[in-house]
Amino acid sequence: MSRTRFASSQRTTIVTAILCIVITIVVLQLWLLTATMDAFLRGDEAVVVPAALASLFCLALNVGLLLNLRRLDG
Amino acid sequence: MKTSQDEMARSSPDGRPWSEQPRWRQDFPVDFEQDEYVSRRDFTAFMVLVSGAFAVGQAWIVAQNYVRRRRGKPEIREIASLGALAVGSSLTFHYPTEREQCVLVRLGPDQLVAFDQACTHLSCPVIPRVAERRFECPCHHGSFDLESGQPTAGPPRRPLTRIQLAVTGDKVFATGYA
Repeated sequence: MSRTRFASSQRTTIVTAILCIVITIVVLQLWLLTATMDAFLRGDEAVVVPAALASLFCLALNVGLLLNLRRLDG
Repeated sequence: MKTSQDEMARSSPDGRPWSEQPRWRQDFPVDFEQDEYVSRRDFTAFMVLVSGAFAVGQAWIVAQNYVRRRRGKPEIREIASLGALAVGSSLTFHYPTEREQCVLVRLGPDQLVAFDQACTHLSCPVIPRVAERRFECPCHHGSFDLESGQPTAGPPRRPLTRIQLAVTGDKVFATGYA
């Protein structure tokens, strides 16, 4: 099964879309980090582990998107 | 190599061949704009790196939380005697370690409060203003309620960490965090 090839303009659109999604996820992670730090310093331990798992999930999403981007070029 | 030299010559302002270019251009063949150029793909990779740094930060908080849990409850320690602490006065003490400074205030004959002295904004030591019923942080003019430790003005958003107290006879003991 051959891979779908995209035209240059299509690739540009896809790359821009991936970049936008990655930036959105990174902003979400930044918010998550500040909120978790605030909760931790307040003595609220319940959110620490779920927030870390959510952040790891975000990282996995970002890595996946980056790999997709590399595959698009290759 | 020749191809890239031709490309460079084509991109040079005067369009002359590579061999006729001045020496400085041969030494520094990459234009400033080209050198500074960051592609969307590279920027995406950088953002993923930032994402990894945030995930590491979250892991660090989990590790700190684990260390704090393992430390357990702080020990009970005598911090003052009631006779030496007049109503409306305060004294500082270290609890639970020598690095953490706390403040004890006697609000009434039977009313004592103690808090970690570090402001919850940027850790400057707060000063008790008993007449004004508040703790004042001199660094950024933060203010906390003297009885509850809740922030009342300025940049702090979290209350002061309260120290649990117990009085036995004339002695005042710190027994942990409230």
